[in-house]
Amino acid sequence: MRGEMILLVHTSGHAFSIEKALKKRGINCRLTPIPRRVSSDCGICVRFESDQLETVEAFTRTLPFDIQGIISDDEA
Amino acid sequence: MTPNMIYLDNAATSWPKPECVSEAISQAMIHCGGNPGRGGHKLALAAGELLYEVRDRTAAFFGSEDPFRVSYTQNITMAINMILRGVLHPGDHVLVSPMEHNAVMRPLNAMAINYDILDSEADGKIKTSEIENKIRGNTKLIIICHESNVNGIVQPLREIGQIAHKHNLLLLADCAQSAGHIPLHIEKDNIDFLCFTGHKGLFGPTGTGGVLFGSQVDVEQIQPLICGGTGSLSESFKQPAFLPDRFESGTQNISGLAGLNAGLQWIENQGLENISQHGSKLINDLCQGLQDHPKIQIYSGEGQVLSITIDGLDNGTAASELEDRWGIMTRIGLHCAPLAHRTLGTFPSGTIRFAVSPFTTEEDIQICIDACKTLAEESCAGK
Repeated sequence: MRGEMILLVHTSGHAFSIEKALKKRGINCRLTPIPRRVSSDCGICVRFESDQLETVEAFTRTLPFDIQGIISDDEA
Repeated sequence: MTPNMIYLDNAATSWPKPECVSEAISQAMIHCGGNPGRGGHKLALAAGELLYEVRDRTAAFFGSEDPFRVSYTQNITMAINMILRGVLHPGDHVLVSPMEHNAVMRPLNAMAINYDILDSEADGKIKTSEIENKIRGNTKLIIICHESNVNGIVQPLREIGQIAHKHNLLLLADCAQSAGHIPLHIEKDNIDFLCFTGHKGLFGPTGTGGVLFGSQVDVEQIQPLICGGTGSLSESFKQPAFLPDRFESGTQNISGLAGLNAGLQWIENQGLENISQHGSKLINDLCQGLQDHPKIQIYSGEGQVLSITIDGLDNGTAASELEDRWGIMTRIGLHCAPLAHRTLGTFPSGTIRFAVSPFTTEEDIQICIDACKTLAEESCAGK
């Protein structure tokens, strides 16, 4: 959806872990299939509102694993 | 449970399972029917969420904060093979406990890996003071059967792990029996590869097991046993380097893992300490009840397993009699652990093994004591 951010992960388990942690922090997010124009993976990504970008970016820096990146749905 | 049925073969696989286990399997098949990591529709997400939940619970159960260091396999034999074949190379040397199962000894033999057996007491307990004398320049790994599936002897993992790490060796713990009997903490117990099965003390279904990697293990140095589709990096022929995908190619056993998840939850609710105390008491009762009989030889450690032999009575005949007359189900023979039986002096005829669970009662044990004594008396009388 336009105006949303897409957080890309290496493996679907990471997406579940991130979704759970973000929701615990009160950040509205959801899991959806990765847009095909972004990645050839069969997996999922985490979508969240763009006004939460800073908070989510700060959170991802605390993770024990790497993420692929965060892009806006407009770019995708 | 059928009347007159006393199941004492829990070291082979636990039975009965808590009701919540079969219920969880059934619910997973109905509500989590998609393929995790392959697609983003509701059923795939439900399966993925379930897989993450059980991974998180498994890691926490063994003291790890990182669920992605759990890799599931179809059983512990596959997990042990995965580590041995992924870590060891020609020319490497390993040390093994004197109570190892063929899940370890056969892969080592097939790979032609040189090994030495650690010195022990007569009951198989490792003499930790002797370990360093066995370490060679090319020793890479120490393999320890934590709780023996023959006599229940429990090895001092934490101390052995300290010695291993002092010499930059890795420690593989075969926790097939001990998981669900004894509290385990991968970091505090100095374990690098904690191998477990789901269908024994963890009360999951058969077809579940895996390995938890210690935080210091560089998983990229370990070659996967199998490669294939993971739902990630799909554009590439290269196997992903990251966990858990590196070691989890192909569709996971979601319904089985749902059962394992329920089994772990059930243990959390019962309390591992309570389960452990119950099992130890029953084995102690059995030991006390049989130890004074001159025709019964007991092989007992500290775990939830005890073996016996009855003088003058074939083990197979004893097992048949126990089941036919008292409904007692046991396992006889070498228990896939010829090395353990050589250590105990019971090779090649083996023993009669009794293994309890939280569902075993004091009454079951009393019936077992009386039955074994009756068989011993009849054997003496030449019946």
